Amino acid sequence: MTSHQTITVLLHHGFIIYAHLWLIPLAPFVGFLVNGLFGRHLPKWLVTTVALLASLASFLYVVVDGPALVSAVALKADAPFVETFGQWINIGTLHVDFIFVLDELSLVMLLVVTGVGFLIHVYSVGYMGDDEGYARYFSYLNLFLFFMTLLVLAGNALVMFVGWEGVGLASYLLIGFWFQKTSAADAGKKAFIVNRIGDFGFLIGMFLLLANFGTLTFTEIAAKLAYPGWQGGVVTVIALCLLLGAAGKSAQLPLYIWLPDAMEGPTPVSALIHAATMVTAGVYMIARTHVLFDHSPFALSVVAIVGAATALFAATIGLVQNDIKRVLAYSTISQLGYMFLGCGVAAYSAAIFHLVTHAFFKALLFLAAGSVIHSIGGEQDLHKMGGLWRRLPVTFAVTTVGVLAIAGFPPFAGFFSKDAILYAAYLQGANGKALWFVGLVTALLTSFYMFRLWYLAFLGKPRGETAPHHSTPWSMLGPLTILALLSICGGWIGIERSAGWINMERFSGFLAPAVGARAAVGGSTQLELMLSAAAVAVALLGWLLAYLFYRQKSTLPAQLADALPGGYRLLANKYYVDEFYGATLVKPLLAISTYFLGWVVDKALLGGAAWLLGGVATFSGALLQRWQSGNIRSYAAWLAAGAAAVLLFLVVPWPAVLASLSAFHLGAAGH
Amino acid sequence: MNSFLAQEVPISWYLLLSAVLFSLGVAGFLIKRNLITVFMSIELMLNAVNLSFVTFAHEWHAVKGQIFVFFVMVVAAAEAAVGLAIIIAVFRARATLAVDRIDLMKL
Repeated sequence: MTSHQTITVLLHHGFIIYAHLWLIPLAPFVGFLVNGLFGRHLPKWLVTTVALLASLASFLYVVVDGPALVSAVALKADAPFVETFGQWINIGTLHVDFIFVLDELSLVMLLVVTGVGFLIHVYSVGYMGDDEGYARYFSYLNLFLFFMTLLVLAGNALVMFVGWEGVGLASYLLIGFWFQKTSAADAGKKAFIVNRIGDFGFLIGMFLLLANFGTLTFTEIAAKLAYPGWQGGVVTVIALCLLLGAAGKSAQLPLYIWLPDAMEGPTPVSALIHAATMVTAGVYMIARTHVLFDHSPFALSVVAIVGAATALFAATIGLVQNDIKRVLAYSTISQLGYMFLGCGVAAYSAAIFHLVTHAFFKALLFLAAGSVIHSIGGEQDLHKMGGLWRRLPVTFAVTTVGVLAIAGFPPFAGFFSKDAILYAAYLQGANGKALWFVGLVTALLTSFYMFRLWYLAFLGKPRGETAPHHSTPWSMLGPLTILALLSICGGWIGIERSAGWINMERFSGFLAPAVGARAAVGGSTQLELMLSAAAVAVALLGWLLAYLFYRQKSTLPAQLADALPGGYRLLANKYYVDEFYGATLVKPLLAISTYFLGWVVDKALLGGAAWLLGGVATFSGALLQRWQSGNIRSYAAWLAAGAAAVLLFLVVPWPAVLASLSAFHLGAAGH
Repeated sequence: MNSFLAQEVPISWYLLLSAVLFSLGVAGFLIKRNLITVFMSIELMLNAVNLSFVTFAHEWHAVKGQIFVFFVMVVAAAEAAVGLAIIIAVFRARATLAVDRIDLMKL
């Protein structure tokens, strides 16, 4: 119905746009089917073509049709564009439709997912070029795009959940892509199992939504929440359940532990799934269900605290990691914490802004790291790199851009989005200053560990075997260049000119119809400029420290580690969180599984019951077997006995017989 | 004397005879070991049933019972032909007609 309205609206404006949102997920799905089913038997160029076309098709559709649809519908009515494909579940009072929604929020997310997704597809052509599982890799990558676009387009929580689980599956498959390696297979399982905990929260949240609102459709939930009276209480519980789901998917405390291990997958996968898109699904989900969080200040502050704590926590671990990909992984967790912090202070547009810029510069950094790893033969230890700038000039240049962007130097992308989040946090009530301070310290640490990576990998003298084994192909350098440009310019989308002065409200103004406008209380341009200056100052301080530690006097890190052995070990062992979970959760669960479930329930109860049933059947079978002797005369005897019994039953007048018997008995007793 | 001859045999006598014959047939079927004797016992049971059919048909002046007897006789004749053929085949295969020893479907 809505699509017809749209078309008539557009006819008034003189052109027609056909709304076929289903094409967006369909294209990668077709690519997945083709490469997944026939990829092994197809020539390599065809596999490449199918995979690239599939991702390019949905990107082009989004670019061509999406903005026009969103603006056209915005002209017509103050509601998002909704496309319903029919009823999915219709039982009693439970109605769930298969429904897509395209508004400003999903449009931004779609552009990031399909755009960065396409670039990483291109990059993978070079990176995975000589891998045996080439077709399998691209079919998984297309499968991921299918589920991710489904997640983003979902108009209700259940469709989103399908995409949510689907990207989890794709993530699992791609982390364990080199499944011959035990560590990769284990990392895949770890990611999947930890995500189950989060998905449990998402599911409970959905059940509570159904029980209390009777619907899973986001717009209907928002409409029902618009009535007064919904505040705290059950809304808080639902929001916290959804937060648990988001924390699992977006690697927040306490469920972040799977993301560093997910680096076992191929590096483009780390860039696409575990940095740019999938892990930001939690942020997207919170922004999508923001009405629930808006009605629960408590849940909102929990989001902010979780985000700030994760940002700081992961940044401290990132300080001492030696694996180039793990530094980036902890950096990703930390930046996701930033986004949660933004959500938690109700600055959803700032969080989404950071999501977008982060997708650019973190994908860039991962791909650059992949380029480094690719060209020096699989080495990932920072201490065995060094002096690479001379050998990999392009990679060095784009990494520099990425480092400057994540550290938050103007005019690079990260500056604007980080600034928006810190500014929003600062203005957020009583806790705001503390949240802002945590964010600022995290910015310092971020700048430090990113420049540490930069110095260790690219500058200084070469350490170890760093002679390039491969030259980097253009399919890898092209995406790197584009992402570098986006990392420079990506933040400028927030700038607009108003009243002769520029401000940063353009992006949040664009998103306002979808996520609501934040009323900045007590904000001013001067304050914003001061906060920006502070953020740039700490970024510079981080750079300076990294320079002193890793360039000027390279024994300083060792001295510091010696001076604070406990602290260093705590960080190097990642606060022993994995060990803690192992001791408190995994071991007890394993013990319960082995001894109680395995021995008592499985072997004793279930095995015993099966043994008992089998024994009864065998025993009764052995008894009845004698009946079937094969002796025809015994059959006949049974037949005759049966006939005699029937005859006895039919012919003898039993009531009379019984009566006379009892009379006889009574009479005998009477005598 | 006249009255004695004129008197009909009571129905119960026929039925009693039928029951006795049937019981003899059952007993023969169960006791006898030779397949041919068993076969003859079956014929005896059939004929005992035929007798009671005819008795009731006469008693109630209904012709259905007599028609039924013809059917039984036709089936019995067919059965005899098939049965004897089977007996011969069994004897050829096993060289015995003792039912106790013919207790397996396959050799």
